Amino acid sequence: MTTNLVDLHISEALKLLDKKEISSVELTKAHLAEMEKARFLNAYITETPEIALEQAQLSDKKRASGEKIGRLEGIPIANKDLYCTKGIKTTAASKILSNFIPPYESTVTQNLKDAGTVMLGKVNTDQFAMGGSTMTSYFGVTKNPWTDENGEYNLVPGGSSGGSAAAVSAGLCMGATGSDTGGSIRQPASFCGITGIKPTYGRCSRYGIVAFSSSLDQAGPMARSVEDCALLLREMAGHDPKDSTVVNTPVPDYTAALTGDIKGKKIGIPKEYRSNDLNPEIAAAWDKGIELLKNAGAEIVEISLPHTKYALPVYYIIACAEASSNLARYDGVRYTTRVDGSSLDEMYENTRTDGFGPEVVRRILLGTFVLSAGFYDAYYTRAQRVRRLIYNDFITAFESVDAILAPAAPSTALSYEAMQNMSPVDTYLGDVFTTPASLAGVPSLALPITIAKNGLPIGLQVIGKHFDENTVFKVSGVLESLAGFDKKPHHVKG
Amino acid sequence: MTYIIKGNTTDWELVIGLEVHCQIISNSKVFSGASATFGAEQNTHVSFIDAAFPGMLPVVNEKCIEQCFKTGLGLNAVINKYSRFDRKNYFYADLPQGYQISQLYHPIVGEGYIEVTTSEGTRKIGVERLHLEQDAGKSIHDMHPSKSFIDLNRAGVGLMEIVSKPDMHSPEEAGEYLRQLRAIVRALGTCDGNMDEGSMRCDVNISVRPVGSTELRQRVEVKNVNSVRFVMQAIEIEANRQIELYEAGQTFTQETRLFDSVNMETRPMRSKENANDYRYFPDPDLLPVILTDEYIENIKNNLPELPAAKKKRYIEELGLTPYDASVLIADKETALYFETASQNQDPKKVANWIMGDLFGYLNKTNKNITESPVSAQNLGALVGLINDGTISGKIAKEVFEIMIETGKEPSIIVEEKGLKQVSDTGAIEAMIAEILSNNQDKVAEIKAGKDKLKGWFVGQIMKASQGKVNPALANQLLDKKLAE
Repeated sequence: MTTNLVDLHISEALKLLDKKEISSVELTKAHLAEMEKARFLNAYITETPEIALEQAQLSDKKRASGEKIGRLEGIPIANKDLYCTKGIKTTAASKILSNFIPPYESTVTQNLKDAGTVMLGKVNTDQFAMGGSTMTSYFGVTKNPWTDENGEYNLVPGGSSGGSAAAVSAGLCMGATGSDTGGSIRQPASFCGITGIKPTYGRCSRYGIVAFSSSLDQAGPMARSVEDCALLLREMAGHDPKDSTVVNTPVPDYTAALTGDIKGKKIGIPKEYRSNDLNPEIAAAWDKGIELLKNAGAEIVEISLPHTKYALPVYYIIACAEASSNLARYDGVRYTTRVDGSSLDEMYENTRTDGFGPEVVRRILLGTFVLSAGFYDAYYTRAQRVRRLIYNDFITAFESVDAILAPAAPSTALSYEAMQNMSPVDTYLGDVFTTPASLAGVPSLALPITIAKNGLPIGLQVIGKHFDENTVFKVSGVLESLAGFDKKPHHVKG
Repeated sequence: MTYIIKGNTTDWELVIGLEVHCQIISNSKVFSGASATFGAEQNTHVSFIDAAFPGMLPVVNEKCIEQCFKTGLGLNAVINKYSRFDRKNYFYADLPQGYQISQLYHPIVGEGYIEVTTSEGTRKIGVERLHLEQDAGKSIHDMHPSKSFIDLNRAGVGLMEIVSKPDMHSPEEAGEYLRQLRAIVRALGTCDGNMDEGSMRCDVNISVRPVGSTELRQRVEVKNVNSVRFVMQAIEIEANRQIELYEAGQTFTQETRLFDSVNMETRPMRSKENANDYRYFPDPDLLPVILTDEYIENIKNNLPELPAAKKKRYIEELGLTPYDASVLIADKETALYFETASQNQDPKKVANWIMGDLFGYLNKTNKNITESPVSAQNLGALVGLINDGTISGKIAKEVFEIMIETGKEPSIIVEEKGLKQVSDTGAIEAMIAEILSNNQDKVAEIKAGKDKLKGWFVGQIMKASQGKVNPALANQLLDKKLAE
């Protein structure tokens, strides 16, 4: 076999599988071998090689016998360790759930199973998806497969879906599930030079995903191409009677949108995103993206999203408020770790102090504060009102444009040292470009566009109307092919 | 209002409000598919949602919405077409989510009222709101010296919390409000109203004030009072406790107390000083509930007759007293029994038999009306036999006793025991003639004007006939004989 199996896109692998040029077992074994080689990246919390090989064998058998097969039959993927997987440890990268084995499967991972995918394991994340570096994981940091200027694996993969991004980027899986609350798919995609989409809120079921912030959490795929994301999302999305917030609308074949034709499409460029302190290299990458779309026949329109500057504080108020309530269930009484105490209250204190990392504690306290009597109106109620204004900004903008192009992150991947020296609030600033779309619930896809002087990828995001992932994919597909981003991380180049 | 407690310094009146939790009758819990039935083995009716496993999401049970909505109609209340769920956050071992899903800001039912009849007359007691929420599990503290046990069967069962306005002023009024509320939910089939099983639970808010004052003084909440009688007792006891404190020049803080029905006292449960800050906020996992006009009309049109309408009908069409009507409508089964028994019979007489002899027997034997050995049809038939003169009222009591023992039809009993009233004038006249001739002295006294002695003769006739003579006929024939 001359093809490097771990370099393949899902779309390519599916063709080879169909032609019986490769088998799912071969594909799976190649990835398992790569996972072993790349253990130092710490992308996976739990590897499930036995399950993967069993699924791959079954998949090959199905294909051979001419049985009806799934649309992603035999494709090895990884799941963020926030997705409950039946019989397989699901930790949310926390100590408190470090021994939790769910007796049920999340809807999204079940959908992917039903589509024929093979699960290689559960990948690292920031603890309870809280963070932008994967450094808050109880199971240690994940290394970005891209190295710094000295060739050292010193960089964060971003987060919270940093394990997913690193694994996809390093060829440790063909695609992965991520989840995005305020940028947790798009920012790590940008840091690791891959593609990821946060679909419209209400597109994918949240059933069985460990909740961080219910009104913002949204499942999405991460992969090495726009087309692969389209393939994965089609399977992940869809109505689910077990989640009242999922919309009951048909899920289209997103790959059909990848026509390459965006002539006459209006692309909005939000002026508020271009502040004076915008990193010039990021600004240049953005300009490159604008230029490419213009060349492809799109019409570039400057737009205004006037409430952008409030998105970050509003996001942290709402997300933390919901988190403080969502995480109350981890109390030592049922399935979590427990540290005993002389009273119920003491047991709670001991269990939660021991079981939650500092960032999680910080957000629970913040959320408890903004919901408490006397502060509720000043923080929570106000934040909800401003959220509505931010939502309206997008609705208004989309009256005149079909999609919006913006940077995905304010910088390239940061070093651990840089992250450690930042105050928590400074790290929150990394979400400045991603939180507005989260608050508005609109779909947004991040993809790599170019390489910065430091040798690291820079990503842009394409934002679309509610439930119009098709246009997002269409525009992204054009951008992807014109940008011709083909750089590989150091780990893959070897 | 006339319920007043006389103190040493002044006369006091009461201000009472009730918060009633009604467990909703539904097959499954309010946000999960687990069974909502009572009395199963511990922790067998628990879904992953009820136990708040990671990633589990609530999905509202439409049946529970319907039940709340129906109850709202029964409370003559404003139905909110838009309602929403909020989370009430607090930690407790039997609250797996760490929050209770409730409705603080937008309840499904708004203001309404219940019409209550007491010895003081009929009044409308205001209902503030009805909202839908989930019940918590049960903590069991007495099975182990240092451990508590948790049963989650009840966790997530749908509850309607019905909050009254502070409109009641006497224990009697509060008791009657609760009885009427129970009658309403039972008639609608929205709650079984069994306070002893905890499917209906009552918290009482009580304050007192000098008569004539309009202020609202410090109130005390008495929790979990689990019968109508206890509610009435708790109010009286707590009011007197507060009055004693005021009259001794003392004050007290807002607090929650428990009613102790053994020692007949209320005692502090927990102080509100370290009260939880519940940090209510809209539950992002659930969409607002929006009722369409079509849905509302459909349910309205299929509503059973409500107790208030039934009571009105009993009074106006059947001629019952308001008191009798209130008793008969108290639950669905009694009303059904009454209506079956009074078909083609005099409703007032049927009501008397039910509330007298039948209730007497049922209370004595601790049975409810569905377990009555005397069927509604048979009780109606018994009243029929009295009315058409087949048996006397006195014989009827005897027949009733046999009906209780055997469950037989009254006409068969009358036949078998030969209890048929004698209406053969010839036979009766002969009997009278004999009695008169044996008591010539008394006949002379009557003729001298001592009319009262007639009653004695009637008694003799009844005795001689073993009660089988129609009393009216006996009177008539006696007059005739005496006049001869």
